[in-house]
Amino acid sequence: MVSVRIPPPLRTETAGEPVVEVSGGTVRDVLVDLVARFPSLRSRVLEDGDVAGYVNVYVGGEDVRTREGLDTPVAEGETIILLPAVAGGLR
Amino acid sequence: MAGYRDLLQRVKEEIDEVDAPRARDLIESDSPAIVDVRERDEWDEGHLPGAIHIPRGFLESRIEQAVPDRSKPVLLYCAAGNRSAFAAETLNELGYEHTFSLAGGYTDWKRNGYPTEIARSLSPQGRMRYSRHLLIPEVGEEGQLKLLDSRVLLIGAGGLGSPASLYLAAAGVGTLGIVDDDVVDESNLQRQIVHSTATLGEPKVDSAARAIRELNPDVQVMQYQTRLTSETIEEILSDGWDVIVDGADNFPTRYLLNDASVWHDIPVVHGSIFRFEGQLTVFKPHEGPCYRCLFPQPPPPELAPSCAEGGVLGVLPGIVGSLQANEALKLALGIGNPLIGRLLLFDALEVSFTELQVRRDPNCPVCGDNPSITEYVDYVEFCAAGRGV
Repeated sequence: MVSVRIPPPLRTETAGEPVVEVSGGTVRDVLVDLVARFPSLRSRVLEDGDVAGYVNVYVGGEDVRTREGLDTPVAEGETIILLPAVAGGLR
Repeated sequence: MAGYRDLLQRVKEEIDEVDAPRARDLIESDSPAIVDVRERDEWDEGHLPGAIHIPRGFLESRIEQAVPDRSKPVLLYCAAGNRSAFAAETLNELGYEHTFSLAGGYTDWKRNGYPTEIARSLSPQGRMRYSRHLLIPEVGEEGQLKLLDSRVLLIGAGGLGSPASLYLAAAGVGTLGIVDDDVVDESNLQRQIVHSTATLGEPKVDSAARAIRELNPDVQVMQYQTRLTSETIEEILSDGWDVIVDGADNFPTRYLLNDASVWHDIPVVHGSIFRFEGQLTVFKPHEGPCYRCLFPQPPPPELAPSCAEGGVLGVLPGIVGSLQANEALKLALGIGNPLIGRLLLFDALEVSFTELQVRRDPNCPVCGDNPSITEYVDYVEFCAAGRGV
């Protein structure tokens, strides 16, 4: 299994769960399994079959865009971090 | 029992003395650490260029921090060469291998017509106010004077801008600019500690400026009661800033500020918060990634909850805004290892810090090798579309 860390802005889609266990050997497999379990996450994470430009996916602390994108391998027991852009601060 | 003269003579026989011309040659050939062991008022009236000031009474306790390498030559001087002779003996005892005392001291150096320097120095009151900074070798008087000369622009006098502005003001950052078009609302006071119940309804820039002046009258506050737009940002940035602290609450401002800071080459300390979690990084143009490298496009508006909708734990901006002040001070002082190319996540519920790598995107439309965006775009439209231009 692989742990996916769900950031606070996306937790409404996972019933408040901060970490979700899914399976898969690549980022693609992991995200496919994730959105199969939580369908409303799809539009928050994926766009046109790729990771949306306003969300970063990190494996081993590295943005998968700087690795192999959706084909980036994920090891058993690894933690994946989803990170959406957040603007808050001022008000 | 030996008197002072006998003791001085004995010490001078045991150490290496150099006269002013030899000292000058030594400085040129060996770049020694030059240590002025006189008192504060003597130092203030003038000293050798490049010298560090360690009064004789603090020599033993401070020399190891100032000159950690004992094999490095050390040239000591005082007014006439006597105090520095004792100082040289002390350094020999501490294991310094090449110590020299300037015979005839500063007086003789000046008589030879060699260069001197009069340091700008803090007033006695400034030395008191910033005494805890002066004790830190990485800051010291030189660093404090640098802070007093530095100019930091804060985008937003809200949750993040509150602690950031207060700590930067307390630290003695000489000029703070504040950009905010909002007024103080009761719902702000749960976290925006620069404002108060007494300033409800006032423009935030006025309320923050008052709190800053009450905290530290050394700080000049420049108030910009306006929304950041393509027009206003040029005018504000033309006032000249060393560092920008970004605590904006919306994506158009974040992208606008990013593009402008890349074009003006000003580092941005970026912070954002949501509920229990904060994000922090430093965008230093051309050295590290920019905001567009991190998030190539803004989320569609329906997926971009603000604090007003999502809520935020009151203390969270206090933590993230203080970390932003920390980064701004480091950048202003030129010390430490700023969060360039590193994104720090803080989870207040878990009390965990996670660090992620952020790389510069060579294809970035703004800071990349062949930028496609070279002038301001319509950021409201850009963000409403929720996709890249």
